[in-house]
Amino acid sequence: MAALSPVRAVTQATMFRSRRGAELFLLVLALFVGIGAYAAVGLGVDQQVPPDIVGYGGWLVALVVAAHLTVRFVAPYADPVLLPVVAALNGLGLAVIHRIDLAKTDTDFAAKQLFWMTVGVGLFIATLVFLSDHRALQRFTYTSGLAAVLLLLLPLAPGLGTEINGARIWIHVGGLSFQPGEIAKVLLVISFAGYLVLHRDALALAGRRFAGIDLPRGRDLGPILAMWLVSLLVLVAQRDLGSGLLFFCLFIVMLYVSTERAGWLVVGGFLFAAGVTATYVLSGSIGFLVHVRNRFDIWLNPMEYYDRTPGSFQLVEGLFGMSWGGLLGRGFGEGRPTRVPYAESDFIMAAIGEELGLTAVMAVILLYGLIVERGLRIALISRDSFGKLMATGLAALVGLQVFTVVGGVTRLIPLTGLTTPFLSYGGSSLVANWVIIALLLRISDHARRPLPDLSVPDDQDEMNTQVVKLP
Amino acid sequence: MSELTLFLIRIAYLAILWIFVLSAVSVIRSDMFGARVPEPTRGGGAAAKARKQPKARPRKGVPTHVLVVEGANAGERADLADAPVLIGRGTDAAIRLDDDYVSTRHARIAASGDQWFVEDLGSTNGTYIGTVRINQPTTLTLGTQVRIGKTILELRK
Repeated sequence: MAALSPVRAVTQATMFRSRRGAELFLLVLALFVGIGAYAAVGLGVDQQVPPDIVGYGGWLVALVVAAHLTVRFVAPYADPVLLPVVAALNGLGLAVIHRIDLAKTDTDFAAKQLFWMTVGVGLFIATLVFLSDHRALQRFTYTSGLAAVLLLLLPLAPGLGTEINGARIWIHVGGLSFQPGEIAKVLLVISFAGYLVLHRDALALAGRRFAGIDLPRGRDLGPILAMWLVSLLVLVAQRDLGSGLLFFCLFIVMLYVSTERAGWLVVGGFLFAAGVTATYVLSGSIGFLVHVRNRFDIWLNPMEYYDRTPGSFQLVEGLFGMSWGGLLGRGFGEGRPTRVPYAESDFIMAAIGEELGLTAVMAVILLYGLIVERGLRIALISRDSFGKLMATGLAALVGLQVFTVVGGVTRLIPLTGLTTPFLSYGGSSLVANWVIIALLLRISDHARRPLPDLSVPDDQDEMNTQVVKLP
Repeated sequence: MSELTLFLIRIAYLAILWIFVLSAVSVIRSDMFGARVPEPTRGGGAAAKARKQPKARPRKGVPTHVLVVEGANAGERADLADAPVLIGRGTDAAIRLDDDYVSTRHARIAASGDQWFVEDLGSTNGTYIGTVRINQPTTLTLGTQVRIGKTILELRK
């Protein structure tokens, strides 16, 4: 690969500015979004600006400034939009969770969430400081894959895992509960990216063409079938529909992106449809799949299950809330988001829709769109295949997660238990998402940093040597 | 607190939210169009290079495209402005050859300073200049014939 050097001088057509000033400006606006929401909650619920706004606001400012300074010093060319968008979403989420705390009176989710946000920002800073080159992660392809599978299976261990609301995805250590699956998602992206960079040629080039679509070779289907089985295992053993769906879609997306072959989408879509149909049909006779079937029935006929147990009370109340909120919402304090069970985690979009209306829901979805867009843009401009695939995978992770949650809450697809990134109450998810953003910033810093000047100072070079044309 | 005040707070908050979204979009927009110009037009060392170029041009003549002169794809060409030019059987090649003796990513033509190089990318059957199989980036001038499989390419003005 040393032969690449003469080429470098011309490939760099554009040079990116570092844009740290733009990031700072957006961060100030993001703080207005976060702290403004907190003040609006106080005004709406208690008729006064909350007395601890200085302390709370100061803490948020400190976290944001720490993150910004880290980026400025260790990743000066990183993308300027990601950090502010994430800070705004996190701030808005905190305020909405605080609003629900005020209505419930006996919970302190917001304080815990602020603690987890601090941990998340700490890990964000640590990732950026200690990981100076994302390509180092490629060495851990199989290690991180194994770690991800172990983490996924951890909740099944007796004594360690606990079952909450029918899904066995939590572990309890000491007084803390944690969802190892959230960390496993990030590890899986690293592992998929490392695997696909090595095997993309075999997956892309071998195979035959059928009906206008390139179908992959039978023996190359091994890993995809294995992944399908793992997703099904997660789905069945832990009764976690959302994560199973997420892992499988993630793998298909990364496979498609790395090989540029639509055949994988066809195969993946077929396997997915087959898996879902089989689960649905079998669930009538096998006891422990009732949970999955129930979700489907509720999705198709929510009103009929309104007062049954397990029923669609949560989903229908969420829909009522959003329609009551309308275009501009009821205003903080004027709605009744606590009618929906788990309004602070799974159904936070319903709470936002109720109190801030469609206008805010659209803004939030646009912000997620921006995160995904920036992720894909980083993948486009990244110069190494591993970075490209990892950025695509991380962007897809956020995108798919938002789609499944918001789709579930708005009854576009069956409801699954995933968290809304950065908004929902939930420590593991928040921490994992901050690490995702740190990884994206690290890749984008590498992609946007100007290349070192490799060209030979050509004064001497051209005086001493000349191209002589032989007859 | 009156109904009106609460309404105004709500509207103000939604406005802040959307101002944030739109500013983020405008930063992205300026990032797209505000990328700085290529290296050679700026700075001291680069200016020296720029001065040199017009001198070199009349001497050698500057190649503008690669042309397939022999083989199944004779007549196909690729603009050197999009350098580096990838040659091979794969879909991402700038010149895509239908030749069984050509690898997916066979060779690449790229510039350094004002010289053009051809570089073999680890192909199975090799890249030849005349009868010599090249094993490192090799200088190309106008009209040098590069043989890849059953295909012959050269730089043209």
